[in-house]
Amino acid sequence: MSSEPNIQKSSSRIQKYRGFKDSLARYIVNAGGYSVILAICLIFLYLLYEVVPLFYDTEVTKVSEYVMPGDSSKTLYLSTEGRLVISTRVTEKGKVYFFNTNTGKVTHTEQIKLPNNSKIISFYKTEPNKKGIVEKDEELEGKEIVVFGLDTGEAIIARHFFEVSHDEKGNRIITAKLDYPFSGKPIVISKQKRLEKISAEWDEDGISIITHDSDGKIKLSYLEKASTLDEDEPAEFEQSQITITELAVESVKQILVNKEQKWVYVLHKNNGLSFYDISDKKTAKLLQHIPSLTPQANVSDMRFLVGGTSLLIGTDAGKLMQWFPVRDQNNNYSLIKIREFSQQNAKISSISTEYSRKGFAAVDSKGHLAIYHSTADRILYNEFLTKKPILAVYLAPRADAVLIETVLVANQSNSSSTRSLQFWHIKNNHPEVSWSSLWGKVWYENHPEEKWIWQSTASHDVEPKFSLMPLSFGTLKAAFYAMLISIPLAILGAIFTAYFMASRMRKVVKPSIEIMEALPTVIIGFLAGLWLAPLVDKNLTGVFLILATLPLGILLASYYWNRVPSRYRHKIPDGWEAALLIPVIILVVWLTFNVLGPIFDNLFFDGSMSHWLGTGENKIDYKQRNSIIIGLAMGFAVIPTIFSIAEDAIFAVPKHLTQGSLALGATAWQTLSRVVLLTASPGMFSAVMIGFGRAIGETMIILMATGNTAIMDGSIFTGMRTLSSNIATELPEAAQHSTHFRILFLTALVLFLFTFVFNTIAEIVRQRLRNKYSNL
Amino acid sequence: MKKWFKSGTPWIWLNAGAIAVCILMVASIILLIASRGMVYFWPKDVMVADYNEPTQKKVLVVGELQNSKTVPAIVIKEGNENIPVPKDKLEFERYLIKESILKGDKYKIVFRTYLKDFLKSIQYPKNIVVVEQRSGGNFYGYFHAIKQKDSVIDKENIAGSLDKLLDRATELHDQIYEIEKDDIGTINYKKSNLNLEKIKLDFYKEKDIRKYQSLKISEAKLDAENDKLKTKLLSLRQKINRDILVFKTQDNKTFEINLANIIRIYQPNQLSVFGKSILYVEKFWEFLSDDPREANTEGGIFPAILGTVVMVILMTILVTPIGVIGAIYLREYAKQGVLIRIVRISVNNLAGVPSIVFGVFGLGFFVYVLGGSLDVFFYPERVDSNITTFGSPSLMWAALTLALLTLPVVIVATEEGLSRVPRAIREGSLALGATKAETLWRTVLPMASPGMITGLILAIARAAGEVAPLMLVGVVMYSPSPPIDLNPPFLHVDRTFMHLGNHIYGLAFQSPDSEAVQPLVFATAFILVMVIIILNLTAISIRNRLREKYRALEN
Repeated sequence: MSSEPNIQKSSSRIQKYRGFKDSLARYIVNAGGYSVILAICLIFLYLLYEVVPLFYDTEVTKVSEYVMPGDSSKTLYLSTEGRLVISTRVTEKGKVYFFNTNTGKVTHTEQIKLPNNSKIISFYKTEPNKKGIVEKDEELEGKEIVVFGLDTGEAIIARHFFEVSHDEKGNRIITAKLDYPFSGKPIVISKQKRLEKISAEWDEDGISIITHDSDGKIKLSYLEKASTLDEDEPAEFEQSQITITELAVESVKQILVNKEQKWVYVLHKNNGLSFYDISDKKTAKLLQHIPSLTPQANVSDMRFLVGGTSLLIGTDAGKLMQWFPVRDQNNNYSLIKIREFSQQNAKISSISTEYSRKGFAAVDSKGHLAIYHSTADRILYNEFLTKKPILAVYLAPRADAVLIETVLVANQSNSSSTRSLQFWHIKNNHPEVSWSSLWGKVWYENHPEEKWIWQSTASHDVEPKFSLMPLSFGTLKAAFYAMLISIPLAILGAIFTAYFMASRMRKVVKPSIEIMEALPTVIIGFLAGLWLAPLVDKNLTGVFLILATLPLGILLASYYWNRVPSRYRHKIPDGWEAALLIPVIILVVWLTFNVLGPIFDNLFFDGSMSHWLGTGENKIDYKQRNSIIIGLAMGFAVIPTIFSIAEDAIFAVPKHLTQGSLALGATAWQTLSRVVLLTASPGMFSAVMIGFGRAIGETMIILMATGNTAIMDGSIFTGMRTLSSNIATELPEAAQHSTHFRILFLTALVLFLFTFVFNTIAEIVRQRLRNKYSNL
Repeated sequence: MKKWFKSGTPWIWLNAGAIAVCILMVASIILLIASRGMVYFWPKDVMVADYNEPTQKKVLVVGELQNSKTVPAIVIKEGNENIPVPKDKLEFERYLIKESILKGDKYKIVFRTYLKDFLKSIQYPKNIVVVEQRSGGNFYGYFHAIKQKDSVIDKENIAGSLDKLLDRATELHDQIYEIEKDDIGTINYKKSNLNLEKIKLDFYKEKDIRKYQSLKISEAKLDAENDKLKTKLLSLRQKINRDILVFKTQDNKTFEINLANIIRIYQPNQLSVFGKSILYVEKFWEFLSDDPREANTEGGIFPAILGTVVMVILMTILVTPIGVIGAIYLREYAKQGVLIRIVRISVNNLAGVPSIVFGVFGLGFFVYVLGGSLDVFFYPERVDSNITTFGSPSLMWAALTLALLTLPVVIVATEEGLSRVPRAIREGSLALGATKAETLWRTVLPMASPGMITGLILAIARAAGEVAPLMLVGVVMYSPSPPIDLNPPFLHVDRTFMHLGNHIYGLAFQSPDSEAVQPLVFATAFILVMVIIILNLTAISIRNRLREKYRALEN
């Protein structure tokens, strides 16, 4: 008796413990459930999170404004280095001021070594970010080569750059420096003539300088590096010179030589443009003369887009155009206006191009700054910045900042000597993306016409080509051919298996189809690429013939089986037709490939159809790894998906429906086609949807069994590149957070949403069907 | 005829034909992989012949016949115009022969094609030997002599005395291999750890000089150990280089092969079927247990098997609890409503989302976001010197990505298992006073366990065959260090790994000679397919047995 309270106590403790365990389990299970839900949401949200920055607006924010550092003479140009700490200003007197970009405080001053009593008349800044004789190391930013034309007929080549070092405390010190590459001496071009205009470009072999002197001669001076045996010895240069043309000093507005030192452009005062070929450096050939670039307005600035292929032309009416040379079939180049950008409000006073992307900034005289991207054909930013008239704009090397030179006080006339400098930050990470660059036809540099191209590997000179059209087209093409093979086989097979097949045979067939589903796609892909592709290539005629012979053979077999005396026929019960057909199919396939195929080959295709297709007069683009292979291999991979869902739907049709129909005297086939299939058709529809979703996302088969080239071509004899195989090949190499990286995420998101929507529709259809069955 | 058409019989037969075609496709593919994959290990006879193609130089062919194909005459004609083609001849038979050709001072394996019609005087010399070399592939020739330090010790009974010498060389080679791989590998691993430690001290500007000194001392110790091993290796190498086997090639040149470079020697043309069978088993075992050689084109696939197994086990450990608990939540705990229906549909849909999307998510979220932040949190010093620990593709992230990929498989199968447990059993348990958790744990889960196991097996089969997402999150063609070794913590989840599926992809599509590696790819594919078929058949049979069981319960 005395122990009773103890028992009660202990039992209540046990009860408490049990209660605790119960609620603990509830918490754990709930947490697990929520984490599953979270995981699904996370996939979607994370993909979205990586994609959204592609569509951010460009932001421009003012950092500081100060009086132009250094003396008050005219500024030739300004530039800043990659980290935006130090900027450089070069004046017409040859002074080089290095100043703090934030405050405008001059930290260091240099004087360009000019010959006695000479003055700078003209200057040109060559394209930055190039490797060559003077640029052996990787750190290129902020190193710029500039040429000056003097009134003595000489040219000076100078370079300013920055050296980064660390002090004892580990702080970074940036030192500005100035030196003189290419022999370091002034280059004599036109003795005692003023060099009114100058332009130059260089590479590993030498530098081409184009000048227009006061005699009116436009000359090409080429400094070629003489081969030296010793690498460390200072290089020597041999100078050669030709005269391109003669034009009056007043009639020429601007001369330009492109980065490859191949083409020279002369802009006339009357807006005409002459286009010369100087590729061999010994002769100059006039390729084209355009009488007037803009009939109504005057050209106010002309610049090369990075890479030196495209010319950007701004007019005083605020128009901006892009021109580049296009090669025709006879290898002749002609300049063509590629695109016109949206109009600015006032005279384009200055254009500045980005260092590594095909973007540029333009300012107009009314104080607007506009930022463009040429390939995307997109204006990213166009805002009013300042009331003071803007004189010039200079983009930073990483296009993350801009220096704007304005008049010091508004309403002051332009001729006044004091200037002011504004320093603005730009946030503009993905200018390459626009609706037209992703989906539209784009006219790329060095291409003869507008095209859809996916070519993500881009260097400084090649513009990235991010057209999603070829990839989407390839995806749909692959899925189409796969469905062409898989729908008939899977649906017809499912009908037979669910409705006619003997249950003993079903027990073998269903697991076999499941094994088919489980086969890794890498195996299917490798078989398709290495085994099937050569086989189909060899028996191409047979492959096409089998489309006719196989159904015919089956029908014949059926007909003759019908005429077999019934005592033999009844030995094999109904529902085993498929097993009976296996030897028939083997025989038909063998006959088609080994007898019929070669006969047709010899009659029509000189012995080999694939060979015949790829050569001779009917030459078409024929690839061994083509859409037939994809159709067969991916069809094979998709069949089990469609089959099992369709089979389930047909099998689940309530038995009393079919029995009723049969009892009323309908044949088995009538019952099937009028009752069963009608009832099960939503299920078959969802089976096809899910199969299509699978075909859309399949990666390995595409990767291994096609050439994986992004082409827009519906031909059955070529391959394709799909969204998924593109991700698999390119994502490992894409730099994190680059535009390329984010576009690949965008394609992944598209795939995710696409299959998700398709499967949801299919799933809802199926659930409806299930309810319908249970109500019947 | 018309009646026959009207009866619908032809359509039924066409339907039957469709399923027959599907079954035939599966069967022929599996048969193809099995036959090609298994043939790879069978020792082939070595053929000697003269090849005399019109207008081409006559060449001597020594090698193993790989396969023969028929090629249309027109294609052959394009290759060599001078080949006479009789009018009625439409096809040529073309042999692919594996030869070993002198390139520089070494014999290397090449695969060449020959037209059967021009192969003359084909023989299979009884005494020709095949030498499997550790580097350079097979060599074909005749015994000539055995040399030890430049003096010939045997010329008569070479085959007889060879066994002992070869055993000795193999044993020495194993010792060297062990030292190189295990001992020196361990030292290098420790050294890299010391280096990381030093980076850490530098980063935190450690004032205590003693810590630096102790690092230096341990490094010096390791160096000393390393030197010791190196001298040992040197002496072993001298020993192993003692014996040299001299061969005569078919064209009467002599060629010397160091015994150290020989895996095995056999004379296939005089081997009986039984002898070949033994060799077959040996080679098969070697394939399963050895490291790959010659840029994966020779040797075994052990690291790929190991990588696959370790990754799959890790994935199973990750996916099981979450998948099972998720299914229990959906079926037993959550309020059944619209929301749960949406979740259930989403889980189902997740199974249909392309696997590459999971790879993209894995790379972006797991590797860069999660791994990157782990690195910043735990090892800021390494981030500072651009060393990634978790922030790069690795085994761990691959397992996690595949766990997410297979999650719907496990959830759906477990849910199905749970839904098949009759309500009466649950209600009986609750009526006896058991709590919900107890009912679940003691009665429902055990009865649903076959469903879970089915789901797990299917998940494993899927994970073992999946390649596309893995290519983004940690699989490599060749990994220098395995994910499991003798250095603590023994399991290195931050390393990249090899995978059977990726091995197949790499071999088939990144080798310079795709024809040459085909047999090897088939063999690897055979192993993978076998594993997956066995797993799936197990899952199917468990599921079927489960259905029978519940059918009995329901009645």
